[in-house]
Amino acid sequence: MQPAQKLLGADDVRRAITRIAHEIVERNRGVEDLVLVGLRTRGVPLAHRLQRTILECEGLPVPFGELDVTLYRDDLQSTALRALQSTQIPVDISGRRVILVDDVLYTGRTVRAALDALIDLGRPRGIQLVCLVDRGHRELPIRPDYVGKNLPTAPEDTVKVRLLETDGVDEVVLLSPAGAGARAEAGRD
Amino acid sequence: MIEQRPAPYTDVAPSAAVSAAAGGGPGRRRRHVLDLDDYAPAEIEEVLSTAEAMRGILARPIKKVPTLRGRTVVTLFYEASTRTRVSFEMAAKALGADTVNISASGSSVEKGESLLDTVRTLRALGADTVVMRHKSAGAPYLVASEINASVINAGDGWHAHPSQALLDLFTVRSHLGRLDGLKVVLLGDVLHSRVARSNLWGFTHMGAQVVLCGPPTLLPPASFGCDGLPWPATVEYRVDRALEGADVVMALRLQTERQAAGLLPSVREYVHQYGLTEERLAMAKPGALVMHPGPMNEGIEIDTAVARGVQSVIEEQVTNGVAVRMALLYLLSGLSADQARGA
Amino acid sequence: MARIRLTGGRVIDPASGLDDVTDLVLDEGVVKGLSRGSGSADGETVLDVSGYVVAPGFVDLHTHLREPGFEDMESLRSGTRAAAAGGFTTVCAMPDTSPTTDTGSDVEALLRMARRDAVVRVLPVGTVTKHREGRELSEMADMAEAGAVAFTDSGRMVKTGALMRRALEYTLLTGLPIADHVEDPDIAGGGVMNEGPTATRLGLRGVPHEAEEVAVARDLALARLTGGRLHLAHLSTAGSIGLLGRAREQGLAVSAEVTPHHLTLTDAAVAGSESGRLYDANARVSPPLRTLEDAEALLQGLREGVIDCIATDHAPHRIIDKNCEFDDAAPGISGLETAFGLLMRLVHAGRLDLATLIAALTVRPSRVWGLPYGTLARGAPGDLVVLDPAQAWTVDPGRFLSKGKNTPLAGQTLRGAVLLTVVNGTVVYRNGL
Repeated sequence: MQPAQKLLGADDVRRAITRIAHEIVERNRGVEDLVLVGLRTRGVPLAHRLQRTILECEGLPVPFGELDVTLYRDDLQSTALRALQSTQIPVDISGRRVILVDDVLYTGRTVRAALDALIDLGRPRGIQLVCLVDRGHRELPIRPDYVGKNLPTAPEDTVKVRLLETDGVDEVVLLSPAGAGARAEAGRD
Repeated sequence: MIEQRPAPYTDVAPSAAVSAAAGGGPGRRRRHVLDLDDYAPAEIEEVLSTAEAMRGILARPIKKVPTLRGRTVVTLFYEASTRTRVSFEMAAKALGADTVNISASGSSVEKGESLLDTVRTLRALGADTVVMRHKSAGAPYLVASEINASVINAGDGWHAHPSQALLDLFTVRSHLGRLDGLKVVLLGDVLHSRVARSNLWGFTHMGAQVVLCGPPTLLPPASFGCDGLPWPATVEYRVDRALEGADVVMALRLQTERQAAGLLPSVREYVHQYGLTEERLAMAKPGALVMHPGPMNEGIEIDTAVARGVQSVIEEQVTNGVAVRMALLYLLSGLSADQARGA
Repeated sequence: MARIRLTGGRVIDPASGLDDVTDLVLDEGVVKGLSRGSGSADGETVLDVSGYVVAPGFVDLHTHLREPGFEDMESLRSGTRAAAAGGFTTVCAMPDTSPTTDTGSDVEALLRMARRDAVVRVLPVGTVTKHREGRELSEMADMAEAGAVAFTDSGRMVKTGALMRRALEYTLLTGLPIADHVEDPDIAGGGVMNEGPTATRLGLRGVPHEAEEVAVARDLALARLTGGRLHLAHLSTAGSIGLLGRAREQGLAVSAEVTPHHLTLTDAAVAGSESGRLYDANARVSPPLRTLEDAEALLQGLREGVIDCIATDHAPHRIIDKNCEFDDAAPGISGLETAFGLLMRLVHAGRLDLATLIAALTVRPSRVWGLPYGTLARGAPGDLVVLDPAQAWTVDPGRFLSKGKNTPLAGQTLRGAVLLTVVNGTVVYRNGL
């Protein structure tokens, strides 16, 4: 009986964020015109950490925003309705390069919704995508620009990113159906 | 003879009936919005916070999201209305829905088509949401029982106008920061007012203290007393006493027909006794909010100076109406027609 | 006519005070008598009714049969078949037909149609004023001669006090009662349900209790003035019982009826207490369903004899007249087929004994209007009913024999069923016997 399999630990997460922060700065030759936008829920603390890391190494604060894409989703009818959260981006994104941050990239539908939402807010000069984990199985032609870790998974698996800010711990775990069964059984003891 | 009639032993049954009709209740997502009587505070809270997010969308350059793309919202109005119908239409369009407007004049209703015939037509044409207004209390319940679409009551007779009450709650809370413990005065023709009834449910559910004030002929009959009211509200005939310490004063529209119906000696006397003037408003707390569900008879139930004064949030009520109606349309959308049929 | 022997039943005949397990024989259309355990004669139909109750056929003083004129709502045929299914062997046909029953020939015409179509006894009730318009008195003496049993402007109060006075004076000639729909239309003010917290909550216009009580007070005063014969239809409020009780103490010649629904239901039914549907138009009735306190007072009045009897006010309507906005719905309940089961709620709840219930449906209405029915005395018309007070059944309006499917009780389980109905020695309804 195997528990949830830990794919990344706290150190792995920290290193990935540090690396991505450097990649962003390198690729954009600085941080001018950048705006970091975290996708609710766990993209938001990730974007926040990226902002901090960039501030530490570049000494410049990158504007930071939060995006709720619920109203742009294409699966309203099939998922349980979620509570709406607000979208807050403190700067006009028009003419800026938006760094969109999400925790797990999977089918690409959430990112699709986020692209629509961003474009309704203005006309950015470009949009780049960060994800902590890319687990494959894309249903749309979307690819990340910065990846923390590529993780091959089966479609029936669940990849769970947990962050200090939201879950009290930094880790990425794989919940496979067998693992889920094991947990259920453990729960009965 | 003022005899105390027994308390409403029906207290439980109607709520249960509403829940069954509306599909609300614990663990189930509401299918219709017919009245606020069976809304739990948490559910009202959900509508208000969703409306907050919707207000953000309305503040953007592109005031439109694709959430309800491909859905059809029908507004079915058997009574004339500008603000409510337009407000729902704007809300539906901001969420990307298609809208179809039907009003009693210029439709088959004029040829004597029954409400249910019209509704069956809408059902056959595949409406997803029907927003309806009707002169008869309860008409939306009849429609809800015959259609698999969601029904939103936009006013039925004297009975209810839930979206208006929700936008009133939203407006008050965004100004005063809370609802709990506020003193809210509903001033005027409470008896014939669906806005008053829905606000009675809304404000009392959220912990506000509601005072009904108006001439005795325009309040619920006194024969069964305050204890017999379906709401924990108090009745005060004298306006000065009612307004004392009020946080919110909502003047209700006075239909001038009430004089012809023998309910008022004259509109003039009403204005003299109950019109919301600056002097009267001074009895309320400093900064008390002035509200009116519209359309206003300026100079009758409310003085122009008060209606346009600094304490008035009347225009804002209209603006907030769109956000609140977007929230309602969004919250109903989680249940597709197919799921509703299965439910 | 065949001889019928009912064996082993509990025979309850309040007229004679009988409540005993015995056989009952009908022959030649009349009650032949009681016998215990004697053998059956040749050619006799024998029905074993052990475990059931045998009672006189029910007598309904207030039945809307709708024919002539509104056969899409009910006809003499459908209405009397419904009556038979409800255990009623005599029904008094309300005159609010088209044309209204205003003259002796109208009464004769109705009786002729009834001979052709009716399966139970139909007794015509004439109007008090022509076309129920409250202007001129109808030809009450001619109608009495032709066979009318009472007069009413059914559905409307006799319009003015002056007319009511004349009508009551006329009863000194006919000896027949004026049955008034006691509701002051001005005070009722277009209300659609009982005025009270439920109406306030639902935003529906209410009819206050006093709309009835003012009318009762007027009629009682005029009965005192004239010495005329007054019958108060379908009383609904505790206050009316009070007024009526005082009038009786003063010796006025007044009688009164109450409906099964006012005894058992309250205005909560409008909010779905029976059907689960808010704004249940099938609970719209005139006078409106009142409060629990009123229902209690009505029941007490019935038990104590302040109220004489139960009458159904069977008011069948078309589906489209009920499946519509509450304000537009026609008032009335299709009540013949549910009356006994609904009233048995009171018996099962221990609030009314079966013998009193049967009396209120048989001998008491008969006596009040001077009819020779409602008894199993030897030689009485062979009208009887076999009842199973315990049998549970579910109300399905689709299976009503009445054309009126309008009942707030659809889907409710009632305990108390009619198994057999016999009119003049002929079986007119049989259900599982």
